[in-house]
Amino acid sequence: MIEVKISDKTLDTQACIDKVLSPSCGGIDVFIGTVRNATKGKQVVRLEFEAYERMALKEMQKLGEQAKKKWPIENVLIHHRVGVLGIGDIPVVIAVAAAHRDAAFDACRYIIDTLKETVPIWKKEIFEDGEVWVAAHP
Amino acid sequence: MQVKVLAFGIAKEIFGSSSISIDIESNDTDGLKNALEVKYPKLKELSSYMVAVNDEYANDKTPITQQDEIAIIPPVSGG
Repeated sequence: MIEVKISDKTLDTQACIDKVLSPSCGGIDVFIGTVRNATKGKQVVRLEFEAYERMALKEMQKLGEQAKKKWPIENVLIHHRVGVLGIGDIPVVIAVAAAHRDAAFDACRYIIDTLKETVPIWKKEIFEDGEVWVAAHP
Repeated sequence: MQVKVLAFGIAKEIFGSSSISIDIESNDTDGLKNALEVKYPKLKELSSYMVAVNDEYANDKTPITQQDEIAIIPPVSGG
């Protein structure tokens, strides 16, 4: 199973884990992204996430398919938040269930690393004295 | 030909809108980029940007029509 979702509501990590749980799997690897309070020593007030939703879902689905081709994994879930997030909030949850842990770890890492490069989602960091779209400028 | 272009992230701020219309001379992604960079020179200050045609990343010189959904994809930063 591959499940992808973009939501403006709080991500429920336990529900994500429950969805990939399978009797034929020996483990679930979960990556939970959390909003950090600083960037390069500068205090972050909040983050704002925006997605080109239709394309982002398509790219997330591709990531799940690629991961399933590369590793013997059974279930993949990728959920991403949009909207305004505060420190400690969860922008992304990736859960991968596999018969054996190596595949789950490798696939999960591949998915988060590639998501950051290909999925059309953007974050703006809001500081006390300004704001910046992350990665926009050299 | 005039095409409608969707914008996200910083591209939306550069265009001043989430959707613009622009006249292009050659009907492909290169023609679109040229026209956009003339009208919105700040695009050239970005680390990079891509054009998406119908929800897929498009290469240079990908043909476009008025029926396509075209979007400007500045550097992504999800996760």
